[in-house]
Amino acid sequence: MTEKLVIIGNGMAPGRMLEHLFEKAPGRYAVTIFNAEPRVNYDRIMLSPVLSGEKSYEEIVIHGDGWYIDNGITLYKGHRIVAIDRAAKTVTSDHGVTESYDKLVIATGSMPFILPVPGHDLPGVLTYRDLDDVQAMLLAAQSRDRAVVIGGGLLGLEAAAGLRERGMEVTVLHLMPTLMERQLDPAAGYLLQRAVEERGIKVITKASTKAIHGDGKVESVELENGTIIPASLVVMAAGIKPNAALAKETGLAVNRGIVVDGGMRTSDPDVFALGECAEVDGRVYGLVAPLYEMARVAAAQLAGEGQASFVHSDTPTKLKVTGIDLFSLGDFADGDDREEIVLRDAASGVYKRVVLKDNRIIGTVLFGETMDGAWFNDLKKKETDISEMRDTLIFGQAFQGGSPMDPMAAVAALPDDAEICGCNGVCKSRITGTITAKGLTSLDDVRAHTKASASCGTCTGLVEQLMALTLGDAYNPAAVQPMCGCTELGHDDVRRLIKAKQLKTIPAVMQELQWKSSCGCAKCRPALNYYLVADWPDEYADDYQSRFINERAHANIQKDGTYSVVPRMWGGVTSSAELRAIADVVDKFAIPTVKVTGGQRIDMLGIKKEDLPAVWSDLGKAGFVSGHAYAKGLRTVKTCVGSDWCRFGTQDSTGLGIRIEKFMWGSWTPAKVKMAVSGCPRNCAEATCKDVGVVCVDSGFEIHFAGAAGLDIKGTEVLGLVKTEGEALEHIVALTQMYREQGRYLERIYKWARRIGYDEIRRQIMDDADKRKAYYDRFVFSQKFAQVDPWSERVSGKDKHEFRPMAAVGFKEAAE
Amino acid sequence: MNAVTVNWIAIGAVEDIPPRGARCVTTPQGRIGVFRTAEDQVYAIEDHCPHRGGPLSQGIVHGASVTCPLHNWVISLETGEAQGADEGSVKTIPVKVEDGRLFIAIEALATEAV
Repeated sequence: MTEKLVIIGNGMAPGRMLEHLFEKAPGRYAVTIFNAEPRVNYDRIMLSPVLSGEKSYEEIVIHGDGWYIDNGITLYKGHRIVAIDRAAKTVTSDHGVTESYDKLVIATGSMPFILPVPGHDLPGVLTYRDLDDVQAMLLAAQSRDRAVVIGGGLLGLEAAAGLRERGMEVTVLHLMPTLMERQLDPAAGYLLQRAVEERGIKVITKASTKAIHGDGKVESVELENGTIIPASLVVMAAGIKPNAALAKETGLAVNRGIVVDGGMRTSDPDVFALGECAEVDGRVYGLVAPLYEMARVAAAQLAGEGQASFVHSDTPTKLKVTGIDLFSLGDFADGDDREEIVLRDAASGVYKRVVLKDNRIIGTVLFGETMDGAWFNDLKKKETDISEMRDTLIFGQAFQGGSPMDPMAAVAALPDDAEICGCNGVCKSRITGTITAKGLTSLDDVRAHTKASASCGTCTGLVEQLMALTLGDAYNPAAVQPMCGCTELGHDDVRRLIKAKQLKTIPAVMQELQWKSSCGCAKCRPALNYYLVADWPDEYADDYQSRFINERAHANIQKDGTYSVVPRMWGGVTSSAELRAIADVVDKFAIPTVKVTGGQRIDMLGIKKEDLPAVWSDLGKAGFVSGHAYAKGLRTVKTCVGSDWCRFGTQDSTGLGIRIEKFMWGSWTPAKVKMAVSGCPRNCAEATCKDVGVVCVDSGFEIHFAGAAGLDIKGTEVLGLVKTEGEALEHIVALTQMYREQGRYLERIYKWARRIGYDEIRRQIMDDADKRKAYYDRFVFSQKFAQVDPWSERVSGKDKHEFRPMAAVGFKEAAE
Repeated sequence: MNAVTVNWIAIGAVEDIPPRGARCVTTPQGRIGVFRTAEDQVYAIEDHCPHRGGPLSQGIVHGASVTCPLHNWVISLETGEAQGADEGSVKTIPVKVEDGRLFIAIEALATEAV
């Protein structure tokens, strides 16, 4: 007979428990879940990437609605359990639903620790535990105002980095002298603080919060020493405590958490507890690996395997902040019976420390270079005697056995039972075995089948190396995605080598970089042509045969082989004379469709290729030049009417738009570039979803970049505020030049910026005046060769062959 | 040679086509793309991609192939067959070079011109 299993809580631990349970004892239980959060099970450790914008909520869902339906689970979303009646074996939710159970699992997780200071309950004080918190933070971050994060631990630092990424001014307050003091020694804590500060986050250590002030909402934080820090958002990340109140009320044994035995049973044999709310052997846990271990044990117990028992093990800590590599494991306090080996490389910001006791590793801290984390973890776990390799131990696995090994060889040398994915407890042989058995070839497949790298993702590199090792040439790790089948090199390497080796023609690139095909393909040739145009504007002769037809014909090919023509309308402003000229052209060439574009200009569609030069000739007489609507280059600068007409306009947005467009037209870029200038924050020109946008304000010009409103939708990042039009132009030009020099072909600004880092771009363009000036000058130099109207060139006869058939044969009149 | 019914029709010179490029020739039966590779080999195929009818003569020429400008199918200039995973083919048209002059042969044209 089916037994009734009721679960309170729908986090990662019970989710994983059910996966195991359905595998071990399918059909044994009818499952009902009460979730206080109104949603399905998602990956809580990935909240930081959601906050920073690297992932979306959809991407971190572990079990979608379909999974609950497929497994016959009744899920009450948004139901908080308010009472457990252990005698009647029922639970009751705050919405009045009562369910009876045979077995009950309590997985209520933890609660954030709220500092009991005055003002802790003001609106604007948030915690960082669930998606609601993240959404509240994202909302607050839109103000791009100041935020204070209380707590410099794992969560606090991730929250700070995310808020900074979202454009806020962030200060982290930490009570102890160094950050993450529970996981890091002071040296690594110092390096971490430096790395955090380099991202523009202010860190105050030994900071004791006295009060939070504000009238109706948060306005500032006051420290014990009297310092006042203005802030419109305060995030409390000072720690968590097990959420055991419900269990306590119902009379279960509760200490710090709900007390359970090694089999996850509470003091009531029909009630289990697991996750952050459970206490085993006097310990409570917050990292995912031990919680998943609890899930495995609880599932086994529920399936009737009474011997399954939880065993404590140290879990490595890693920080999920892009660009900061940090690994910490075990015990690293000083002691008389301990020895340590330390490696410091100041230049590259690397610090490694291994703590030994009786020739065995008991603790490891790695900062800046964490590749060997898995290896040290393995040595520690197995209590390997390291006296043989003592001298080279700190250099990592690659240095053992004489000669340095490449990372692949290092992975190959790991024993089969070495743990690769700490979150999910997946060892090497499980991954390699599954790849072979199931014929997996993609990272996503491996994640789906083994769960390796499916949680926090920090072991992705290792998993990819294992795939490469197992699959050989059949696996192309995404990290070094080659440009195309003609080369092993990625775009970045090719760009670097073009500069380093002074390669100035496509054949030179192909020869020197050992292209595998004789003359490239339709993927690499346009890319190489762009890189050479961008890098050697005065010397490189543009190779038209390596451009897509649109850029060769200076018009947009349509599905029937005809073309569309879009003349430039500077800043979207036109006149009766221009409109009349367009009307005449449309009549003269019987152009079937005339359409207003999204970029504030006019598109004439359905023009025969042979007619293009004559169309351009007529348009040219009215003063029109090419609008480059076909180009990987500057397209439009959309504007609103600004202070000329609008009663809200703060600046001459139309004038600035025209100025930018006249300055930048003709420039080639990795992918198309669309800009806009809005005259006030009402933003009628929609500048905040453009590649580059300007929002005029009373005090000047707020420059935005890295927006998208196509395949992806993304609001812009703020580059910074400048006072004058001239400065605005200089900053925008410098930003565009930086992108021209670093972008991969077809990579839009928002993707490039995410790859490079918004802060890095701000640093180079806003903060470093010399760099900005150098970018600006290089752009101006390149424009000398680029600002030639391609239409008038062709009207004068350039590339005649492009627009005429070679011959007409077989027609009666032609034959005679 | 007289026994051959195919008539060779002059369409211009090799130099009229840019290397790694193409020109088109219009005929009553439709357009023909005439391609010149980097090594100066010349090929002629129907100017009509088997996928969605894109004008192949407008594509990028690489090796002895062309990539269609509409949806990036790669067509072999030698065989007219789509390359890679795509399936389809276009007619190839005999072409010869004499003294830098280009000739193509079309059967239908042959009867008409005789």
